[in-house]
Amino acid sequence: MFDVLRDNWTLLLIGQYPHGPIGGIVVTILLSLSALVIAIPLGILVALARISHFKVLRAPATALVYAVRGVPLLMVIFWVYFLVPVLTGYPVTGFVTMLCALVIYDSAYLGEIIRAGIEALPKGQTEASRALGMSYLKTMRAVILPQALYNVVPSMVTQFVSTIKETSLGYIINVQEISFAADQINNRLLTKPFAVYLILALSYFILCYALTQLAHYLERRVTRKRAGKANKARPGAQQSLLETAVSEH
Amino acid sequence: MKLHFDLATVLQGDYGALFLHGVELTLAMAGLAWCLSLVVGILLTLIRLTNRRPATMFVATFVAYHRNVPTLVQILFWYFGISTLLPIPLQDWLNQYNGQFIFAVIAIGLCSGAYLSEDIRSGLRAISYGQYEASRALGLNFVSGMRYVILPQALRNSIPPMVNHAVVLFKNTSLAMAIGAAELTYVTRKVENETFLSFESYLIATVLYLALSLVIMLAGARIAAHYRIPGVR
Repeated sequence: MFDVLRDNWTLLLIGQYPHGPIGGIVVTILLSLSALVIAIPLGILVALARISHFKVLRAPATALVYAVRGVPLLMVIFWVYFLVPVLTGYPVTGFVTMLCALVIYDSAYLGEIIRAGIEALPKGQTEASRALGMSYLKTMRAVILPQALYNVVPSMVTQFVSTIKETSLGYIINVQEISFAADQINNRLLTKPFAVYLILALSYFILCYALTQLAHYLERRVTRKRAGKANKARPGAQQSLLETAVSEH
Repeated sequence: MKLHFDLATVLQGDYGALFLHGVELTLAMAGLAWCLSLVVGILLTLIRLTNRRPATMFVATFVAYHRNVPTLVQILFWYFGISTLLPIPLQDWLNQYNGQFIFAVIAIGLCSGAYLSEDIRSGLRAISYGQYEASRALGLNFVSGMRYVILPQALRNSIPPMVNHAVVLFKNTSLAMAIGAAELTYVTRKVENETFLSFESYLIATVLYLALSLVIMLAGARIAAHYRIPGVR
């Protein structure tokens, strides 16, 4: 196992980078991080639409959430793979395909996380800021979202872990991330599949386990901070928030 | 691009039959994996209840592995990696009898089992320790206390996350296409490659997945409503 690792660690880490396209775990992290960064603002929009009073906004957001919850990510990837070149007229790379699919998927899940965060805030917050004469948008921007987003940071880290795990599906459409690199190594060695796939599993494990521990640490901090505030009446709220972030794959 | 919409070709004859087989295999895979996950989840919970250090460590490691490694990688690991460690006659037998299907069921079932044990555990944790003490004080032994006091409440708490994970498990069966199990996603790709009717093929598969997921979600909501104790939460 160690000889496999010693001979191939650069391929797993950065792919064929100086002599070819960048790949490996760097692409895995790059892909999941950019998907999350693009999906957070979209997730806020989905959350606001989901709790909106207007059915015109609520219905499509609800439909998106249920579609994403009911359809495998692989199916979304194939849709993007086929539709984006048809709609834009340009061929797209595997990386962009994967990014689009992950953004669609994550914005729905993040939307649900952020919605849970907004709904966990006491109603008095909205009422007070409206009573102070703030508009709906100002209430959201200055009062509700700063608190709600802070409270759901642990769930967002959990979602980041899910996204990292989901990037492994890029292997199926030949995105050069770490699973693809492992497959290449396996095809070249042929004799050590157990070692190669064990290394692959351990790499994901180390990365995701560290982030999961970070999420737990952040959650304790957030809970402590919230307990210090006036709203002690909602002890179960934070736990249920993390549990809404159902991690998949 | 010339737009033409030809649902009939994909739904009739050989292609229709292919889709039907794909759905059958997806459902069989999901059903078997769910049964396996139930067994594994309950076993893990029981092991954890013993409160012995090595036993709880084992369960914690098992759960951490399955939560932090992508399901696709777990499937690949089982199919390409662990399979090579099995005795040769067993390997031959698996190659002969649809090994892809069996390994996919094992990988998906074990992964869901880990999540399921966490669902049951959080359900158990939500029951206050006083309930257990009260049941012991009333003269119930550990098993009857579990049977009549703790589990009826804990399992009710666990139903919603269990339904969520059943949907996730169902969606995860699509990953089995990576090792060539002929389930719905694999069949969709095959039909698409042969007919070039991408839009139609994906549409049918998406509608099928969505409909079956919604059935699971609805059934779950019905079960939760059925077992709800009136007046509690």
